[in-house]
Amino acid sequence: MINDYKGLKLIASSNPHIRNNEDTRSLMLDVIIALMPALAMSVYVFGVTTLISAVVSVAGAVFFEWLYRKLLKKPQTIGDLSAALTGLLLSMVCPPTLPYWMLLVGDFFAIFVVKQLYGGIGKNFLNPALAGRAALVACYASQMTSWAAPRTVDAVTAATPLAMMKAGEFEALTAQYSLSDMFIGLIGGSAGEVSAMMLLIGGLYLIFRRVISWHTPVAYIGTVAVLTFLFPQGNDALTYMLYNVFGGGLMLGAFFMATDYVTSPVTKEGQLIYGLGCGLLTVFIRYFGSYPEGVCYSILIMNCLVWIIDKYTKPTRFGVDKKKEGAAK
Amino acid sequence: MAHAFFGGVHPNDMKAATNEKAIEQLAAPAQVVIPMSMHFGAPCTPLVAAGDYVKVGQKIGEFRGLGAPIHASVSGTVKAVEPRPYSMGGKMMSVVIDNDFRNELSEEVKAPADPDALTPEEMVEIVKQAGIVGMGGATFPTHAKISSGIGKVDTVIINGAECEPYITGDHRAMLERPEQIIGGCCYLARMFGVAKVIIGVEENKKNGIESMQKVIDEQKAPVVIEPLHCRYPQGGEKQLCQAITGKQVPPGGLPSHIGCAVFNINTTMAIYRAITTGMPVVNKVVTVSGSGVVEPKNLECPIGTPVSLLFDACGGLKDETFKLVAGGPMMGMAQASADFPVAKGTGAVLAFAGDENKTVEHPTCIRCGRCVEACPMHLEPLYLYMYQQKGMIDEMNAANIMDCMECGACSYICPGRLHLTHAFKAGKQMVKDAAAKAKAAAESAKAAEEAKKEAK
Repeated sequence: MINDYKGLKLIASSNPHIRNNEDTRSLMLDVIIALMPALAMSVYVFGVTTLISAVVSVAGAVFFEWLYRKLLKKPQTIGDLSAALTGLLLSMVCPPTLPYWMLLVGDFFAIFVVKQLYGGIGKNFLNPALAGRAALVACYASQMTSWAAPRTVDAVTAATPLAMMKAGEFEALTAQYSLSDMFIGLIGGSAGEVSAMMLLIGGLYLIFRRVISWHTPVAYIGTVAVLTFLFPQGNDALTYMLYNVFGGGLMLGAFFMATDYVTSPVTKEGQLIYGLGCGLLTVFIRYFGSYPEGVCYSILIMNCLVWIIDKYTKPTRFGVDKKKEGAAK
Repeated sequence: MAHAFFGGVHPNDMKAATNEKAIEQLAAPAQVVIPMSMHFGAPCTPLVAAGDYVKVGQKIGEFRGLGAPIHASVSGTVKAVEPRPYSMGGKMMSVVIDNDFRNELSEEVKAPADPDALTPEEMVEIVKQAGIVGMGGATFPTHAKISSGIGKVDTVIINGAECEPYITGDHRAMLERPEQIIGGCCYLARMFGVAKVIIGVEENKKNGIESMQKVIDEQKAPVVIEPLHCRYPQGGEKQLCQAITGKQVPPGGLPSHIGCAVFNINTTMAIYRAITTGMPVVNKVVTVSGSGVVEPKNLECPIGTPVSLLFDACGGLKDETFKLVAGGPMMGMAQASADFPVAKGTGAVLAFAGDENKTVEHPTCIRCGRCVEACPMHLEPLYLYMYQQKGMIDEMNAANIMDCMECGACSYICPGRLHLTHAFKAGKQMVKDAAAKAKAAAESAKAAEEAKKEAK
């Protein structure tokens, strides 16, 4: 207790004098928590190897971030958990059978090249995990496109639902995997992408916690849903649409990748446009491209357009009527 | 329910510490230090000298231009007229009065014979002589606001939002002195010639609303209470106008441009007291709170009371106290020491000893967009910050940095812990300096050209 106030050691900083509890670390931690159900399902579907992949990839990403900052004598940033998140996401968008050392190559590219060379967190313009995946596809095309069948002890390769659709085998697909298999995730695919249900739980958790807003995922998934419903393979448009929404990397991409703060627009209006663009490109690649899946590249392409979306979706200045301002020009 | 204003944040209101504690009278201080600047505008000229005897309510400082006079808050002998530390930082010419504890009232304080017979002009004159300023903290001279608004203003709004965390003085006044608030509203209605006055109150003060409504019903007063969502900065003048009328004040403009005039609860009460009793502004209700205060309280004290006495009355400060703030936690000013007096705009004095100061060594923007969402002026703080850090003055101007009202919402919400508000204060100064420099350069170029012409 003090009753003589002369000895007080006071900080005289600018207002405000209170801050919200939420910080970068807590936000990243929330995203990591939100990914846990999907990771658990991936272990259930593909075995403990996906958990080891995740651990290796997280360790690799954190190590590379630490190393870069150490070598360049910059302040350490591994405590903000963003590198850990990048490592986790990278392991989840790769096939469960990918050799661990390849994951580390992806981590290196994601952290060293895409993130740190541009100045570290907040400065990169591409999503590091997706850019890491794109680099791996370019380097190790066959390993990045061989998919383990779900719930098998030995690594049997199997076509993914999207590959079957690409091949025009939608009927065979519906015979092999039921809609509930698609939703729950008892299908082939990337380690963390298979369970739409678990990713949806994680995504809703993030929206509920206000870590992300609904704008990007709703615009993204909505666009894919509408387009695939309007232009289906076969007669059952609704089923085709649902297989498209639950299959591939759409859920992971829409809730966890396209919502990456650093590489997405800052206004809500911009996020709607960005989500719409991601959705259009995803469907275009799935329908007309040579890859069966387009989530990764559509998000990377839209990442490149964020600056221009930000430029044209500035909030209207307070006190100025937007219509009148336009007329005056 | 009223309209929404843009953006805003929702900090924990921390009002439970004091909102059930009645306003207490502080024991009379042995000495008061009255700074000659407690208003927006040039400081007052002291009218007294060391050795003079002054009485309560006696005018001791006269204003020039835009301003308001200053009165003695206790009776006694002027000990000194000298620069002393004050809450706005640095030192200010102040009148130091040794209290004789006789509380003698000045002959200058006279109640009008019939307050209800006064013309609007006479009422404005009383407000002017009483030294009333915007007591929410902005301290704009009230008489200037009223006289410039008469004829233009059709919506008179009383600001009872009290949106800053911790502060409960207005809430307590609603509960304990509702007749003064409603009475002040009636005089304002007469001055502006409007049929009704609207009081905007955040809905976390339900009992305050009820208490005032009771008086309105009893007196059949031309006053309407509008409950508002709890959101900071609901009590910002422009935000309150937007919330109540749906209209936006144009950039660089004042509420009178959209027919509004906004008065704080305390200001309204001061108007009532001045018109009914002739008493100028000599007292202030101050909320003393924060994690560093042992026993938070709402205290009423004479203007010029050293804040150390307020802390004493609240059981002292905790050992860990690391920050003192005059005003609210969002917009108040951090103090270099506890050696400053209560001024007309000091609604709260806060001491922090907890984890309020969440600074990090290397603040980093992660482009999350929370600042854009929070900005009530629809600015993009993350880009403004980038321009400010790089000294890009034209870009700051183009991004409307001068619209920033320094409410602190962006800094509050920033997960990267950027010092946004601080940067914008500096940025605004850079823009002003550049404009002044450009103007001076243009003038000297013009002068040189004219000299050249003459030489021919």
